Formats: sequence, C-alpha cells, structure tokens
Amino acid sequence: MNELLYLLREPWTFEFMQRALIAAVLVSVVAAVVGSFVILKGMAFIGDALPHASFGGVAIAFALGFNLHLGGAVAALLTALSIGFIARRGSVRYDTAIGIVFISGFALGILIVSTQSGYVVDLFSFVFGNVLGVSWTDVWLTVGLGAFILIAVALFYKELLFTAYDPSMAAATGVPVAAMQYGLLALIGLTVVIALQVMGIVLVLAMLVAPPATAQLLTRRLPPMMAIGALVGALSALGGLYIAWYADVSASAAIVLTATGFFFLAFLFAPGRGLLWQRRFVLTESA
Amino acid sequence: MPDNSPAFVPAVEVRNLSAGYNGHVALEDVTFSVERGCLAGLVGPNGSGKSTLLRVMLGLHKPWRGEVRISGPPGRSGRGHIGYMPQSELVDWSFPITVVDVVLMGRYGRVGLIRRPGGRDREIAMAALERVHLAHLAQRRIGELSGGEQRRMLIARALAQEADLVLLDEPLAGLDATAQHDLLRLLEELRREDKTLFVATHDLSCVAANFDHAVLLNRKVVAFGRPSEVFTEQLLAAAFQRHLLVLPGGERTLVGP
Ligand SMILES: Nc1ncnc2c1ncn2[C@@H]1O[C@H](COP(=O)(O)OP(=O)(O)OP(=O)(O)O)[C@@H](O)[C@H]1O
Ligand SMILES: [Mg+2]
Repeated sequence: MNELLYLLREPWTFEFMQRALIAAVLVSVVAAVVGSFVILKGMAFIGDALPHASFGGVAIAFALGFNLHLGGAVAALLTALSIGFIARRGSVRYDTAIGIVFISGFALGILIVSTQSGYVVDLFSFVFGNVLGVSWTDVWLTVGLGAFILIAVALFYKELLFTAYDPSMAAATGVPVAAMQYGLLALIGLTVVIALQVMGIVLVLAMLVAPPATAQLLTRRLPPMMAIGALVGALSALGGLYIAWYADVSASAAIVLTATGFFFLAFLFAPGRGLLWQRRFVLTESA
Repeated sequence: MPDNSPAFVPAVEVRNLSAGYNGHVALEDVTFSVERGCLAGLVGPNGSGKSTLLRVMLGLHKPWRGEVRISGPPGRSGRGHIGYMPQSELVDWSFPITVVDVVLMGRYGRVGLIRRPGGRDREIAMAALERVHLAHLAQRRIGELSGGEQRRMLIARALAQEADLVLLDEPLAGLDATAQHDLLRLLEELRREDKTLFVATHDLSCVAANFDHAVLLNRKVVAFGRPSEVFTEQLLAAAFQRHLLVLPGGERTLVGP
C-alpha cells in the first residue's frame, strides 16, 4: 500500500514534473473546451493546420533570432484569421482555404530551416513538444493565456453557440456573427499557441479532438460535453505523465495515446451509443 | 391593390429590390408592401427567389439595389426584431443541443451580448413550445425529432422572438393534416395579436383559403394583392410557366395542376 502511494507520489517530487503537470493539465482542459467547437463545426482540419502553419513563424523567428514562441504565436493567429477571411469570401470551401494557408506556412518553415546551417535542435521541441522542459515562465504564460481563453468562452458562450449552430439565424437576431467567427478562430489560434509547447506540432490536433469526441459520445448537450471533455483531457495529461515517467517514453505521445484510449473506451462502452451496447441490443432482439 | 386604401399601414415595404448570387439574378425590381396585422403569402415555383427575398428582408443577404423598410414601434424597428423561421434543410440537425435550447436562442436578440437568458426567457420559450404542441419534447436532442417536429420547433423559436413581423420559410411543408391545421390556427391567432406574418409556401390552396394577401413571385413580382385577385389562371400561368386550374368553391378555393 505504502509502496503504491510512493509510486504515485514519486514523479511529483521533482519540480520539472510539477511544471509539466500544471502545463499539460491546463492545456488539455483549454483544448477540450475550444476543441468542442472545433469538432462540432467539422473543423478538425484547422486543429492540424494551425500548428503546422505556425512552424513557418517559428522558423522565421529562428532565422532572425527572435523569440520562437512569439514567432509561432503570431503565425498561428495570422493563419487563423486569414483562414477566416478567405472562407468568408465564400468563393472557396473552408477546408480548401485551410489547406492552402497551412501548406504555405509549413512549406515556408521548411524552406527557411533548409537555409540554416547551424543548430536547429530547438526547432525539434516544436515539432514533437517538450512538456518536461517547460520553465516557470512558460507555465505562467500558459496559465494567463489559458485563463483568458476560458473566460472569453464563458462570457461569449451564448453567442459562440448560436453562431456555431445556425449562423444565419444568429445574424438575423443581431448576434455579431463575423466577430464571433473570427473570435473563435483566434481562440483556437491561442489554444494552439499554448498547446504547441506541450504537445508539439504533430500532436496538438489530438488534444483538440480526442477529449471532446470522447465526451460527445457520453452526453447530448454542449456544456456537459465541454466539462466531460475537460475531465478526459486532464486525466489524459495525468495518466500520460505517469506513463512517460515510469516507461521513460515521450510525454506528449503518452498523453495523446491515453486520450485516444479514453475515446476507444467510450466508443465501445458508451451507454446507448457505444458499439458493444448496440451489438448487445441486436443480439437480445434476435434471441 | 391594397395600398390605395387610406387605412393601410405597411409593416414592411420593399422597393425596387434586386439581388442575386455571383452575377446570377435571383430577384429583379421587386416592389410590394405588407400591411400590419395581416397574413401574407409568398408563392412561386422552386428557385423563384422566395428564400432569397426573405433573407434580404432580414438583412442576411445584401441586395444589389433597392430598399427594405421595416416599420414598427419606436426603438423596435431594427432587424433584430424580425422573427424568422428558416427553411429547415439549412439547419444542422446533428448539433448536440436540446429543443428548448434552440427555442431559447430566439430570445438571444433581446437578452443582449454576454448576458444570460433568465427565468422569464425560459418561460417564454416553454410557452412557445406549448403553442406548437412540443412542450413534451423540450429536453430532446434536436437530431431525434421527426421532420414535422423539427419544423414546429423552428416555428416555436420564431415565436419566442416575440417579434411584430415574422417571416416563415415553408412552415407548412412536411406537416401532417392536423399539424397544418393547428399551424394555420396559430397563424390566425398571431394575426389577431396584431402581428404581421409573411409566409413563403407552396400550398396555393391554403393561401387562397386562409391568407389576406399574396405575393406571386418569379424573380419579379408577377402579382400582388388579395388571393382572389392574384390566383387567376393567367397570372399563375405567367408565374409557374404552366397551366394551373383554379377551382373557386365558395369557402375553399382549390389550385392545382
Ligand atoms: N447560395 C446560393 N448561391 C448561388 N445561387 C443561389 C444560392 N441560393 C439560391 N440561389 C439561386 O437563386 C435563385 C433563387 O433561390 P431561392 O432559394 O431564393 O428560391 P426559392 O423560391 O426559395 O426556391 P424553393 O421553393 O425551392 O425553396 C435560384 O435560382 C437558386 O439557384
Ligand atoms: Mg426556398
């Protein structure tokens, strides 16, 4: 018993693990809340596009010797807003707009990196994430931005919901739909910014999608979907860090696999909607 | 034409309106007005511009030329105070949201930015659901409604807006005979409450039998006036490009191919 408690406590006796836990839990919670809108609008693609496009900004910042995070943040926001701008013209489909913008940003990043002969290891922490390496400054920045995102969603929940559900009716009742659409894109952009450091370009998408998708299988309304998604995200962060600690594997990958594990559990066992549930129903019916 | 009578108070006036999509003309020089407190029908073949006209009136689609003038009590004539029921094919039925939540959205325009709808708004939403006989499904997820129930939910949302002018896009389509009858009753009730209702529909017989005015549209306004004046075989043939029979039978006028 004491043995077990010791095993559970051990990772958190290290300060870098404490920082990792705070950052990972916070990022997962914010990503689940914002990600709920992402999956409902079928915008999962954007969750992949923003981190990739932000690589362009990181590379430019790297080449010019600026702060890499700032470069990534500016690029993610610019990408989010230009996707909104292109899509609102209505002449190309949303996913096409996203595809074009994101490929341009990512390609620009690769192009710039290919011109750099020096030390590019820093860039790899952006590609694969480096949650065990976050500093207290990073943690406080994540806390600040995360709180800002959650407060913005809480304040404008009603408008964001209406705009996501039925934009033309929302506009007809006087909701500033354009502002809400750009606002949501900016919030997704900011979420990507704080998630990049923890998860890395390749895995940010998973935290935007897997926890809310799990929650969607378990509830029929948006507020509990966000809450359950946040819980699933937080548990994935915790579980993933344990796995990373004891199995000595990549923390971001362990977090993502824990989250997708939750998804498959819900997919199989969700009351009423899970695969096994439906199967059992069919079996009892035919029996 | 009704606008010659001195007592005519227009709730909405549309003047020389032209609109369309990427160079494609959907509405051309449309002019008409709808009297306050009346039940007006908007009829025309598929693609004649009915939905486009309603969307322009709501300010959802920018017209190329012309104007829409909405009159109402002072301070309440803004477009946020027009009730609207969209054609239900345009709604995302997979969204995780309950019936009463959708109806509550009708209140958002009044509640204002950031603030939450209160108990009063919930009462109004529930009352609207009761008027369309849907109160028992208030907590259902919208994807689990039948086609007719979906339409009634959208009507309830338009009611919850408590607007003086309500635009409805094909509210009768897909309703069974009793539901159609109930809806007509409801529209008549609303008219008695001095609301103005402008209804796009394909049910010509229903307009002929129950409505005060009709606008016959096919990109242009083919005719506008009392249904008995509008639903003549010549005018209908001009709008629908084929011959339709009009069988006036006292109370009931039947229109059909
Ligand atoms: N989003 C759009 N983009 C391009 N053209 C459109 C769009 N919506 C409608 N149209 C065109 O505008 C014209 C009018 O369409 P509208 O939807 O207003 O017709 P309607 O009278 O409501 O038809 P229905 O009875 O089938 O609902 C049609 O020719 C249609 O093809
Ligand atoms: Mg239509």
